[in-house]
Amino acid sequence: MANDLFNSFMSGPDENGRFGIFGGRFVSETLMPLILELQEEYEKAKTDQTFWDEMNDLWTHYVGRPSPLYFAERLTERLGGAKVYLKRDELNHTGAHKINNVLGQIILARRMGKTRIIAETGAGQHGVATATVCAKFGLKCIVYMGAHDVQRQAPNVFRMRLLGAEVIPVTSGRGTLKDAMNDALRDWVTNVRDTFYCIGTVAGPHPYPAMVRDFQSIIGKEAKEQMMAAEGRLPDTLIAAIGGGSNAMGLFYPFLDDKSVNIIGVEAGGRGVNEKMEHCASLTGGRPGVLHGNRTYLLQDDDGQILEGYSISAGLDYPGIGPEHSWLHEVGRAQYVSITDKEALEAFQLSCECEGIIPALEPSHALAHVMKIAPELPKDHLICMNMCGRGDKDIFTVAKHLGFDMSDTEGRTAD
Amino acid sequence: MTRIDAKFAALNTAGRKAFVAYVMAGDPDFDTSLDVVKGLPSAGVDVIELGLPFTDPMADGPTIQLAGQRALDAGMTLERTLDLARRFRETDDTTPIVLMGYYNPIYNRGVDTFLVDAKAAGIDGLIVVDLPPEEDEELCIPAQAAGLNFIRLATPTTDDKRLPRVLQNTSGFVYYVSITGITGAGEADSVDVAPEVSRIKSKTDLPVIVGFGINTPEKSRAIASVADGAVVGSAIVSQIGAGKPVEEVLAFVKTLSDGAHSA
Repeated sequence: MANDLFNSFMSGPDENGRFGIFGGRFVSETLMPLILELQEEYEKAKTDQTFWDEMNDLWTHYVGRPSPLYFAERLTERLGGAKVYLKRDELNHTGAHKINNVLGQIILARRMGKTRIIAETGAGQHGVATATVCAKFGLKCIVYMGAHDVQRQAPNVFRMRLLGAEVIPVTSGRGTLKDAMNDALRDWVTNVRDTFYCIGTVAGPHPYPAMVRDFQSIIGKEAKEQMMAAEGRLPDTLIAAIGGGSNAMGLFYPFLDDKSVNIIGVEAGGRGVNEKMEHCASLTGGRPGVLHGNRTYLLQDDDGQILEGYSISAGLDYPGIGPEHSWLHEVGRAQYVSITDKEALEAFQLSCECEGIIPALEPSHALAHVMKIAPELPKDHLICMNMCGRGDKDIFTVAKHLGFDMSDTEGRTAD
Repeated sequence: MTRIDAKFAALNTAGRKAFVAYVMAGDPDFDTSLDVVKGLPSAGVDVIELGLPFTDPMADGPTIQLAGQRALDAGMTLERTLDLARRFRETDDTTPIVLMGYYNPIYNRGVDTFLVDAKAAGIDGLIVVDLPPEEDEELCIPAQAAGLNFIRLATPTTDDKRLPRVLQNTSGFVYYVSITGITGAGEADSVDVAPEVSRIKSKTDLPVIVGFGINTPEKSRAIASVADGAVVGSAIVSQIGAGKPVEEVLAFVKTLSDGAHSA
């Protein structure tokens, strides 16, 4: 295994679910038999053509894949350097990359005979995707969402309820994604027989980080083919935003062994990565620890207590990061940077203005980093950025930050 | 032989069932918590489970979550939790203390340092909820080498195929979780628990203690009668959470321990 890892960045995790020291299965005994069963079923499905046939059919006809790889011409001109391509996963059904993974897990849940689906959600995109696929298959769906996020992502809460899901506001902790994940785990430990836990990111106990990555890898596989078709070569730089890191892992994974491709993950820098810890940049501002079933970089205090983190983006507001990112960070295969709320808001507006794309706040972080580096790069440098979600859900938050009063029907700028 | 082994040997000789009480270290503050812990042996507690506060107690219900939060808000840390054990040991050198919590604060301190410090503080065993047998290399094996018991949870989902693995590196006692669920929720049923305890006892000589869903003296007695003892946590912690004076909390504990001891 050590040799394989040395030769390839794509062979992880090992049989214990580890990427280097990261990952693992840090769960209570009650859940252990469940995740072992899930691993077994996933291993079977992975090599079962009927599973992938069903996935591909739904990806094509229900999600609308492949998503386009779009040359952002005006943005490129404006930045005056590298050629910027956007992988348009915001055009998927439900408006984000999340559904790629949800379909895989729900098909698996159906194969396992599970009838009750639970999920955690931050921005609500994973919750909406899960509620959507559950509606399609007639499955009971319960979504745990931090009470604070329920407030700042009201449109998605309504969407989930329209789709027939029960949304449970979580009041423990500070009421964000981390707390929603705790309560989802508490639900799972209570309802072990009929319940499938559909995790929305590349975190949690093995096999989730690998399984979610595999389902999201469709993003990178398509991007690779599309870039070859458009430019006749691989991109030079990949850029994606990271909360837990599933859209990024999906884009990065198929390129890990393409040594010429520079890989950059963008964490949420909130109000700035400093000792006040008002950010969610686990790799830039955290250190290794164990939470939610895996060892990974975490925001924590001197005593090993988990910090809440902060970001304008509910989808990035998580004190951890997928274990594979922690490993890619330590082995140096990917570079991780952070972007502040303010920079993300600027990128959000630029995308609206010069490309006619209202991006979610999550990929606005990735775009802000594109804005930083593209001007300095040569004109033949190819950047591929994952536009992983659309911003309809965020317009209220953005309006507030830009001082625009949404309750004023004449749309005047508030003072 | 740890204090845990000695305690169970003595209980066995006396033909008595064990009563195990869980309290959160530092809840609602260090001094009150120390008073409660110091009073537990006279209230009939055979083994003390001392909760190590953690921000994200994924297997715990609201009662213990809030207790942990109160303790953390009052400045409790792993270091202060070990201090509390040390202070208890000044006046009691026989009642076993099992530290119960989650892995991250221990990992954060460094396993080797932690084990030396825990042993020196008078801790006898560990229950770490998020370390299943699959992660034995992390803490379980080093802990046993350092002379601490590592007490494993067995649950209703631990089937016969898995049970040997759960028992393999377990010492001190086996903690059978009576329900699938979180602490403070559900009701343990001695009719369901009895065959599970027999199943586990047919595979190990260790005492089997049952916890989760036990909240009254009657239940404590019913469960202890089909196992080697009973654990009560949330019911006691909720008395502390309600701000009851220490004497009242201990009087309640006494009714629970009388229940188990009458089994």
